[in-house]
Amino acid sequence: MLNRFTPMIKIQKLIHDYIKRDDEGNVAGTVRAIGGVDLHVEPGRFIAILGHNGSGKSTLAKHLNALLFPTEGTVWVDGMSTSDGKNLWEIRREAGMVFQNPDNQIIAQVVEEDVGFGPENIGVPTEEIWTRVEESLKAVGMLEHRKKSPNRLSGGQKQRVSIAGVIAMEPKCIILDEPTAMLDPNGRKEVIKAAKKLNREKGITVILITHYMEEAVDADMIFVMDKGVVAMQGTPREIFCQVERMKELQLDVPQVTLLGHELRKAGLAIPDCILTKEELADALLGAPEAAGEKEEADGDQS
Amino acid sequence: MFDSITLGQYYQTDSVLHRLDPRVKLVGTFTYLISLFVVKSFWGYLLAAMFLFVMIKLSNVPFRYIVRGMKTILFLLLITVCFNLFLTPGEVIWQFSIFKITREGLSFAIKMALRLSLLILGSSIMTLTTTPTQLTDALETLMKPLRKVHVPVHEIAMMMSIALRFIPILMEETDKIMKAQIARGADFESKNIVKKIKSLVPLLVPLFISAFRRANDLAMAMEARCYRGGEGRTKMKPLVYCAKDRVAYFILLAFFVVCILTRIFL
Amino acid sequence: MGIKVDDICFLYERGTAMQVRALDHISVEIPDDQFIGLIGHTGSGKSTFVQTLNGLLKVTSGHIYYNGEDIDGEKFDRKKLRSDVGLVFQYPEHQLFEVDVITDVCFGPKNLGLSESEARSRAIEALESVKMSKSLYKASPFDLSGGEKRRAAIAGVLAMRPKILILDEPTAGLDPRGRDEILGLIAEMKKERNMTIILVSHSMDDVARYVDRIMVMGGGKILYDDEPVKVFRHVKELEDLGLAAPQITYVMKLLKERGLDVNTDVLRVKEAAAEILAHRRELHV
Repeated sequence: MLNRFTPMIKIQKLIHDYIKRDDEGNVAGTVRAIGGVDLHVEPGRFIAILGHNGSGKSTLAKHLNALLFPTEGTVWVDGMSTSDGKNLWEIRREAGMVFQNPDNQIIAQVVEEDVGFGPENIGVPTEEIWTRVEESLKAVGMLEHRKKSPNRLSGGQKQRVSIAGVIAMEPKCIILDEPTAMLDPNGRKEVIKAAKKLNREKGITVILITHYMEEAVDADMIFVMDKGVVAMQGTPREIFCQVERMKELQLDVPQVTLLGHELRKAGLAIPDCILTKEELADALLGAPEAAGEKEEADGDQS
Repeated sequence: MFDSITLGQYYQTDSVLHRLDPRVKLVGTFTYLISLFVVKSFWGYLLAAMFLFVMIKLSNVPFRYIVRGMKTILFLLLITVCFNLFLTPGEVIWQFSIFKITREGLSFAIKMALRLSLLILGSSIMTLTTTPTQLTDALETLMKPLRKVHVPVHEIAMMMSIALRFIPILMEETDKIMKAQIARGADFESKNIVKKIKSLVPLLVPLFISAFRRANDLAMAMEARCYRGGEGRTKMKPLVYCAKDRVAYFILLAFFVVCILTRIFL
Repeated sequence: MGIKVDDICFLYERGTAMQVRALDHISVEIPDDQFIGLIGHTGSGKSTFVQTLNGLLKVTSGHIYYNGEDIDGEKFDRKKLRSDVGLVFQYPEHQLFEVDVITDVCFGPKNLGLSESEARSRAIEALESVKMSKSLYKASPFDLSGGEKRRAAIAGVLAMRPKILILDEPTAGLDPRGRDEILGLIAEMKKERNMTIILVSHSMDDVARYVDRIMVMGGGKILYDDEPVKVFRHVKELEDLGLAAPQITYVMKLLKERGLDVNTDVLRVKEAAAEILAHRRELHV
């Protein structure tokens, strides 16, 4: 399915202006939310986009699903330009989107019907909808709740239903726009675990927008947005070792990284960028005798 | 606040009526309501009552539960009865100062009370055994022919179903905002009408803003999932008639014919 | 004097099949001038508990005494209680409704029966406490940024001059900077006003940095009630409750497991660094 030569997402010189209107609806000016972004995402990757509120990361996300269109520049999703109207529905099917508020994106009154909503919209035959719904709910571990009302689910469960609703459309890419911002720690873990699993097992490209640094630690690549542009990009290690720069961008680094940074500043000879507690222990005390004793499940965040 | 209203709320259980196609139940309810205005004689009413009784038995909904729901409309029923009882002119059979009861009034009042009770019970049987989703589905399918005259049938059904999904969420939200304002010293219990209306502003403004925000979010989420109206949409749970639905239609027809016959011959 | 909670229970949907025991025989004392963290996962009863403290929910059984008086007593002044025990709900910005920020903040003081000018001076005092820029006093609350809206809403409760301030998840949905700003503000208010603050949260890292005392709730009971370091010694039990200790505590525990004899009662990065550096001679570096 995946074409080696087509990037999943390609953005060139993207500019987005929001139009401000006065009370009579006349154009009163524009606000630049994105001011020249270039971005390239290979298929099958797990990408994190970080940035403080108002940095333009959510606006960027909406371009990837053709919910917003470039003021200038071009966005290609799987080789299709979002500016071309005839690609609209194919782009939205291929690049599914999960939003922040768990309550405001579930449409139906029964879990399974909500998951079926997307496939219904794109005209999938009835029998296939049922298999897709079942598989999608299974993929996010929500199959046992299929007959329930969404109102009876926890926040994390609702977000997993939303993810299932996207998978049922068989997308190549999922964009998660701060899916965990309104959840408690358990809910957050559930959602991130589900996203990682999809990336690993189905090869779906995941673009996770978040301001929880721990969620970005395992990403293949991180983009940091600030004032509408990509301020930093690189692997988690490359990004998080720049502790001072991250603070300038009003962001955190994981606390272990911060501790490593403090120790280095104090003169301890330890590696530059520590991402997990195990790495710190290894750096301080040498590698443990039984290597790999601390290989824990992926939901675990140190 | 709304706990006491059980009238017509979906009752989860399994029964023949629950499993019936919602279109049959919708058509059936309308037929039944019409038949209540067709019948005129005692035998006609007896027939209608018997029919309803059988339906209640078939629905597996406890009779007590249904009757409890009737309590809420008891007042309405009493007023109707009193009006008919005292204000119908005719042969006087009982009098106390200005109140007089006529023979016509008495029979009219009884019939009216019967008709009203049967009407309400009959329609609540439908809502008791059919989920709101099924009902909107049935409405959408049944009204499909209206699309030819540009009635946005699918859109209406979609709106109904979204409204039903968001009612509990907005109720919860109302409760939350109310508490937050009470914590800021707001008084929602004032008896004074003017004060009462004024006190609603801190509740209604946030509620409307929240509703609009939700509507906005939801519209975006629907678009992101390729929603573009009813055209080219398939159904996950299409309504398909099966044998028992046909039998049910036949029984309905038979009932209606008998009702007409009682009117002509009895 | 503060609040004394004596064996309270709270049942939702009492007497129906759906009955839920949200609070299960809680007894606790909340003195004046203390910074308390109340922690529990969703559904642990913590939101219900704080709502009983200012009388928004009436307890099913047991008593709550405020300054020695039973809050369900006949002569008790409930309006006074609601102003003395301020409650900031989750996402408090959703309750803003007035035309401008300062009028919105005046809503509380006016409900207390204060004059226009008195209410205004209290509003200004509250807005200063949350470090709201003066240029925004006349702005519509709906034009503010997320963090500013939240600060305006907190000012709305602060303007009632509460003696006890309860904040339910005040950092929910904010980015790291917004989170630090709000928590910093709360800590400062605590110092300036000498009031009791109850910070309801499910983020251990937020709470650990500021509070003097932590109460952990689960299944409608208070399971732990102690100083933070002592509570975080129960890592395993906390995890079973769906909670976690601060990230730094885990790091120190791992180091200790691996043979570095550090004190694991450490919650903050700076302390952890100091503790490790104190042991640097033992390290192979």
